[in-house]
Amino acid sequence: MEPIKIIKSTCVPLPIENIDTDQIIPARFLKAITREGFGDNLFRDWRYHSNGDPKPSFVLNQPHYQGSILVAGKNFGCGSSREHAAWALYDFGFKVVVSSFFADIFRSNALNNGLLPVQLPEEYIQDLLKALQDNPSLEAVVDLPRQEFSVSGSDQAVGFEINPHKKSCLLQGFDDIDYLISQKDKILEYEQIRITV
Amino acid sequence: MSGKTLFDKVWDQHVISEIKDGPSVVYIDRHFIHEVTSPQAFDGLRKRGIKVFRPDQTVATADHNVPTIDQHLPIKDKLSRFQVQKLTENCKEFGIQLYGLGHQYQGIVHVIGPELGITQPGLTIVCGDSHTSTHGAFGAVAFGIGTSEVEQVLATQCVLQRKPKRMKIEVNGTLDKGVLSKDIILYIASKISTSGATGHFIEYAGSTIRGLSMEARMTICNMSIEMGARGGMIAPDETTFEYLKDKKFAPQGKEWDRALQQWQELHTDDDATFDIVYEFDASDIVPMITYGTNPGMGMKINGKVPESPDNAKALQYMGLTAGKQLLGMPVNHVFIGSCTNSRIEDLRLVASLVKGKQKAPNVQAMVIPGSKQVEQQARAEGLDLILQEAGFQLRQPGCSACLGMNDDKVPAGEYCVSTSNRNYEGRQGPGARTILASPLTAAATAIAGRITDVRELI
Repeated sequence: MEPIKIIKSTCVPLPIENIDTDQIIPARFLKAITREGFGDNLFRDWRYHSNGDPKPSFVLNQPHYQGSILVAGKNFGCGSSREHAAWALYDFGFKVVVSSFFADIFRSNALNNGLLPVQLPEEYIQDLLKALQDNPSLEAVVDLPRQEFSVSGSDQAVGFEINPHKKSCLLQGFDDIDYLISQKDKILEYEQIRITV
Repeated sequence: MSGKTLFDKVWDQHVISEIKDGPSVVYIDRHFIHEVTSPQAFDGLRKRGIKVFRPDQTVATADHNVPTIDQHLPIKDKLSRFQVQKLTENCKEFGIQLYGLGHQYQGIVHVIGPELGITQPGLTIVCGDSHTSTHGAFGAVAFGIGTSEVEQVLATQCVLQRKPKRMKIEVNGTLDKGVLSKDIILYIASKISTSGATGHFIEYAGSTIRGLSMEARMTICNMSIEMGARGGMIAPDETTFEYLKDKKFAPQGKEWDRALQQWQELHTDDDATFDIVYEFDASDIVPMITYGTNPGMGMKINGKVPESPDNAKALQYMGLTAGKQLLGMPVNHVFIGSCTNSRIEDLRLVASLVKGKQKAPNVQAMVIPGSKQVEQQARAEGLDLILQEAGFQLRQPGCSACLGMNDDKVPAGEYCVSTSNRNYEGRQGPGARTILASPLTAAATAIAGRITDVRELI
């Protein structure tokens, strides 16, 4: 996993609520056995017509919106536990998803793949979406060490929460499996106690 | 000191350690895997050069992308075939029991776990599938995980998780005839919304829940995730024990007596507290349908599509108008199946309603049993003939048109009354319009060819 520290990028607005993981990556594209390549089908049915032609009205087909920060409506990532949703966003080039609320499993999946979910107040996101509509080249800065989100040129930063353990994993590019494997003795001990209870 | 909830009791027993300000190391008793969310996890193990830590606590089946006809033949779709083959190879290499295609125990992972008695009260159960919440019906802490977490469990039999908050949903009173547990959970979802339980683990309680069969309870717990909850559970009782007794992998003899003693302790203490409590009255619940594009967008079958600016995008996709009734609207597709409603009781209910009747000519009605065992049982009881005579197609087990990974898809623009769990855009195929309902409502709709209130037929 690549470490994350400070990400400075333009943003892609997607002001839709309750975006479920079936929209992020439809089930029919889950047949691959590797983690790569899912970005091609990210938001497939919103992004393309059934004949494969791009839908010009969808934001990923609008060249003036680029960048590695996705700004989405509330309850992002609800539904299926498919980690492919996090892989697809990351594979496409997103490093950060901003929303006022994330579904639990998506949040874990994102954090386990170096994709940072940044939860900000709903009003702030509404203002940000409005600003992005007026100025697509607006840049934002996500500062993980300081846990702050700000718009370039503004001295007003807004803080975001992240679990300290997950924060340190992301900063160092560590994953949870390394940690769990280091706990093997405790796990074996627990199994022994459980058997004798 | 206040008492503990059922959830706390099971969770706390499984916490090995806690990271300061971080998640807990939670021990997992049973791990179910399937073809779609496991291959990358096995690759991870290979890259690290490690084995599956507890293969005997891991069970695999092929369900998500398998065809529901001609399962004895090689899978036609190349990618699906390759994915199922990969599962077979991985299980062989890592020594995991696989109930693959053709096996007498193959089926949807959340159907086979309970019917084999692998699912038991007081256990922790995970699977790379959000509907793992189903197993909570037995008083287990069961939740869906992502593939990185599947790899954690394969490698260490543990997963790093933060403890969710507690929510209690109580339903009391008597259900009207024709009202099923699916209607209860669609009703609850319509009240608390698709995200109303995010961050929580639900305990369902109350006299209505107590009165339900194990299969009906599984339908309720199954859809906990549709309100954002990590899982949902029901305290085990005589109904639970009766269901589990003599199941293949349930404890036997003296072990059964010992297990029973432990299971009887699994209930919420009188003085335990919850973060949120909801109470609902069963007499307000009628057959439910959804009108929108998430499972929280549900209404009474005789209700009118609510007017709200929040509905606009969903109604446009669904081709529906606010203020209108859906009752009587023609529907060409009916799907009876999925981990929510594909068990033998569901098939019996459908058969009892359609016996001696004919589906409407405009309707394609598909019945997908949840497992080989359900399929066998249905045939043994003659349900296959009843369904066949009524024009319903009884096929072979799998997830099927619930998520349209195989060929079982609903055509673009068409409505499907479905007993599955999600009505998201494109869930049953690109452009498909899903209306979630109970097995009885689905069967009644197939007979009439239009959305029907089953209470008029019984």
